[in-house]
Amino acid sequence: MNLFLETLIGGLLAGTMYSLVAIGFVLIYKASGVFNFAQGSILLFAALTFVTLLEQGLPFAAALAVTILILILGAILIERTVLRPLANRSPMTLFMATLGLSYVVEGAAQGLMGAQVHALDLGIEDVPIFIGDVLISQFDLVAAATAVALALVLALLFNNTRIGISLRAVADDTRAALSIGINLNRIWQIVWAVAGIVGLVAGMLWGARQGIQFSLSLVVLKALPVLIIGGFTSIGGAIVGGLIVGAAENLAETYVGPYIGGGITPWFPYFLAIAFLYIRPAGLFGERTLERV
Amino acid sequence: MTHVSQTLSSSAPLAPLTLPARRPRLALPALLLLAFVAVPLVGNDYWLGAILVPFLILSLAGLGLNLLTGYAGQTSLGSGGFMAVGAFATFGFVVHGGLPLPVAVFLAGLVTAGAGLLFGLPSDRIKGFYLMVSSLAAQFFFEWLFQKFPWFYNYGSSGTIALPRFEIFGLNAGSALGRYYVTLAVVAVLTWIAANLVRSQTGRSFMAIRDMDTAAAVIGIPVYRTKVLAFAVSSFYLGIAGALWAFVYLGSASVQSFGISRSFQVLFIIIIGGMGSISGNFIGAAFISLLPLAIDYTAQYFFAGHVDAGLLQNTQKAIFGVLIIWFLIKEPDGLARLFRNLGERLSNWPLRF
Amino acid sequence: MKRLVLTALLAAGVAATALAPPSAHADGKEQYVPLPTYRVGPYASSGTLWWAGTLDYFRYINEVEGGINGVKLKIEEFETEWSPDRTVEVYERVKNGKDGAPVAFFFTHGTPASYALIEKGAADKIPLIDPAGGRTESTDGTVFPYAFPLLFNYFSQASVGINYIAQKEGGFDKLKGKKIVTVYHDSAYGRETQAAVNLLAKKYGFENFQIPVADPGNEQSPQWRQVREIKPDWVFLRTWGVSTPVAIKTAQRFGIPADRIIGDVWAGSEADVIPAGTAAKGYQALAPYPGGPNFEIHDRLRKAILDTGKSDLKDKKFFGAVYYNIGLINAVLAVEALRAGQAKFGNRPLNGEEGRWGFEHLTIDDARLKEIGFQGLLQPIKLTPADHEGGGAARIQQWDGEKWVLVTDWIQADRDTLRPLIEAKAAAYAKEHSITPRSPTAEN
Repeated sequence: MNLFLETLIGGLLAGTMYSLVAIGFVLIYKASGVFNFAQGSILLFAALTFVTLLEQGLPFAAALAVTILILILGAILIERTVLRPLANRSPMTLFMATLGLSYVVEGAAQGLMGAQVHALDLGIEDVPIFIGDVLISQFDLVAAATAVALALVLALLFNNTRIGISLRAVADDTRAALSIGINLNRIWQIVWAVAGIVGLVAGMLWGARQGIQFSLSLVVLKALPVLIIGGFTSIGGAIVGGLIVGAAENLAETYVGPYIGGGITPWFPYFLAIAFLYIRPAGLFGERTLERV
Repeated sequence: MTHVSQTLSSSAPLAPLTLPARRPRLALPALLLLAFVAVPLVGNDYWLGAILVPFLILSLAGLGLNLLTGYAGQTSLGSGGFMAVGAFATFGFVVHGGLPLPVAVFLAGLVTAGAGLLFGLPSDRIKGFYLMVSSLAAQFFFEWLFQKFPWFYNYGSSGTIALPRFEIFGLNAGSALGRYYVTLAVVAVLTWIAANLVRSQTGRSFMAIRDMDTAAAVIGIPVYRTKVLAFAVSSFYLGIAGALWAFVYLGSASVQSFGISRSFQVLFIIIIGGMGSISGNFIGAAFISLLPLAIDYTAQYFFAGHVDAGLLQNTQKAIFGVLIIWFLIKEPDGLARLFRNLGERLSNWPLRF
Repeated sequence: MKRLVLTALLAAGVAATALAPPSAHADGKEQYVPLPTYRVGPYASSGTLWWAGTLDYFRYINEVEGGINGVKLKIEEFETEWSPDRTVEVYERVKNGKDGAPVAFFFTHGTPASYALIEKGAADKIPLIDPAGGRTESTDGTVFPYAFPLLFNYFSQASVGINYIAQKEGGFDKLKGKKIVTVYHDSAYGRETQAAVNLLAKKYGFENFQIPVADPGNEQSPQWRQVREIKPDWVFLRTWGVSTPVAIKTAQRFGIPADRIIGDVWAGSEADVIPAGTAAKGYQALAPYPGGPNFEIHDRLRKAILDTGKSDLKDKKFFGAVYYNIGLINAVLAVEALRAGQAKFGNRPLNGEEGRWGFEHLTIDDARLKEIGFQGLLQPIKLTPADHEGGGAARIQQWDGEKWVLVTDWIQADRDTLRPLIEAKAAAYAKEHSITPRSPTAEN
């Protein structure tokens, strides 16, 4: 029973690490309908920039500020050179463009900052805490708290600021938003910058755990099932999806894995996602669309 | 915005529902003559074996995915996984079943079609990007399956499959030229079948579903059955491509050859080449397989030794990405359209009016 | 007109590919050494240092020693991103040499590529070199004349791991009833030792647990929870890439001390422990390629290459890193094999067949190690036509939080116990592929 509880709690907490990555996708999809595959590369780029600056001797806060500035500039650049020329193209074309973008970002990250692995110490002790007999990771607790805090901040941003409200207007009805004078290009720039910053947070936490290196860009593959379970358009969905995937994947590897040879975590969440989608085709919290002929 | 993006069907027509009336009647025979006679005469082993063979196989894989995505409108990122099914099933039929290679490849295509059919089942309810991401289930599941159970690779030590000697009905086809001819023949026949398929009633049902599946249902097309059929046909092609990749091109393979980057590569081919176009697959495959080499040669020629090698290699990758974005911006309907327009212009040249 | 520009660009690209690179006339005194490398992608962190070591040593030979008996090495790099498919393409591109300079061997730089090329190499007579990797059964050179899993094949890696545990426990009889868990990267590489560990478990009576970590391995809680349930005496860690630091950190989280974990060759570099921070302190790893910048060869290189700005290293702090030393050792093995070949065929560039003869008669004893400056860094090695491994030993190094410290001398693998296993597999391959094994003594 303890093993079950421990696996469940550990899984739920680990799942929020996936949520962090998924939130970045949701933001961009919500505002511009782009399924941004480059989110993983942007995450890598952000974390690598941050740690490189840190190693150059910048203090923590300054490194963070400079990285955020670079991400904002990057967002403007991406909007001008990729999104604007491709406006009104099919979602598929935009998706492929972000794949191309991921090559550019990865090439830039590795070419400019080198391929070496960097350690990042955020000062979070990763020693086990015991509640009763149940082992809980302190690091995962911090990550979970960060994810929830981030979701709350974004919710406040969306609900209470002028930018947030315009953004929701764009997400609701692009044409109507345009007609009342909302600057769509500016909104896109802001959203991509915010998604970059979310990527930075996720990259720092993942980087602290596994080292900042190229494979950070692969965590997107973990975030995709989270994304489709939660729905492409809901930040809350990303959190819930993360919890579901984390718990299910840990339980499956522990209880089912040994009977079929183990190592099932790469595909299990996707099958889970298909099962969820079959019942709710737009994810748990995604917007359903009406189909008209 | 979100309303539009839930479905993947583009607002712009991707392929004409009617075929262009004026078709150059000599183009196809000329192309075949070129491929079967002229190319082998001038090509050396490197070009035939290491460039043209993989190019043809990738074109075939592109064709497979294009039937599903470009014609029937269902996006999949599982191409690599289905290619793996083809390769491992072929190996299984030869090693465990003792069948000759051509029969094994054909049966492997059918097995892959079955696998594709299974993974196509959820397509009645799951659509658009949701379906695309779900298709990664196939990709990762097959990667896991074929390296987890040693039976699939006949208990070899490293999960690698290899066949003794490349033979077709007792003839040794192991030379670069032999491998080229085998690939070319298979690809030519399958392309011919596909070209006819998309013009048949089935093909038109595919396109109706792509353009709007609700509307297709209204006019009486059995949508679900047709979608699943598209998955099966597409997977058949991918399975054959996978088998060729493993045993005609590489000579051996492991799941690593069919990873997720292969799926992306095949998707690139059809998008760059042109969705809903047969010739687009060949143009796209040429682009995807030759462009990195061209960039590499150019970069080595100008910069090797002067610039840090790591920077140089990464820059090449970035340039590849930039070119992809650039082509997407400049040529929305793929290179096939570009070539067609060019052809039309040439046929009118020099009297344009 | 834009269209025309596009087409022109495309055509130019194709044309650039078609045009052969310029052919500077070689004077027939050059040995062509193509290197498939990966400076891009997830494995670039190991690659960049590796190629730096290899290139630095080749430069040292070319510029300080004037080549190998006057034959200069002509190096060319090809990016593969560690993809076996692209390595195959590179192999096809280079196998016939360049501008008259022949190829004597081809570094595959990766086990999957070794597998993919094994038959092509045999058909084209190009030796495939993959030190501390490759296809284990190709150690049997009678069946695989052109494949060289040089130095330290996967079975030997398992065996040295077990031998070291026995040493720590105080003898092989103490292994009985011990629990040894292998946590492995779920890939061909990861599983390659299983047959050997099974055999050794039977021989010594320890309990053998195998737990897979799926690629890429950036989340391993379920695996280490299982390990904790087992309460192992030792953990043999056979991960690669990002899965190693994550494993070390997760092990700490589940209360498994780092000094009970022994990493394999490919889980024992700086890049594997630095990201794990303090969790890695006390972690040990098999080191056929020990880390450290203070061996004799490093002094020579420092003087001739590093301090003269000719090094391929971007950051000098990596001089002497494990992967840099891997590059050095692989390069010296190739150079010494060419010397052996030249001793028979004359001081000229060698072709693939002659290169094979060179590798099969490669002998580096202690005296020679001293001469070339590799003592302590490289084990004595002797290959024969039947034995394409030739070494089979490793030292153990331990991470002290700052650097690797060598804690043992060379520990020899129990190669006699494992040889029948290799021969059985090689024989099966020979049968499947209708190969008649060569006589091991026929070629001298």
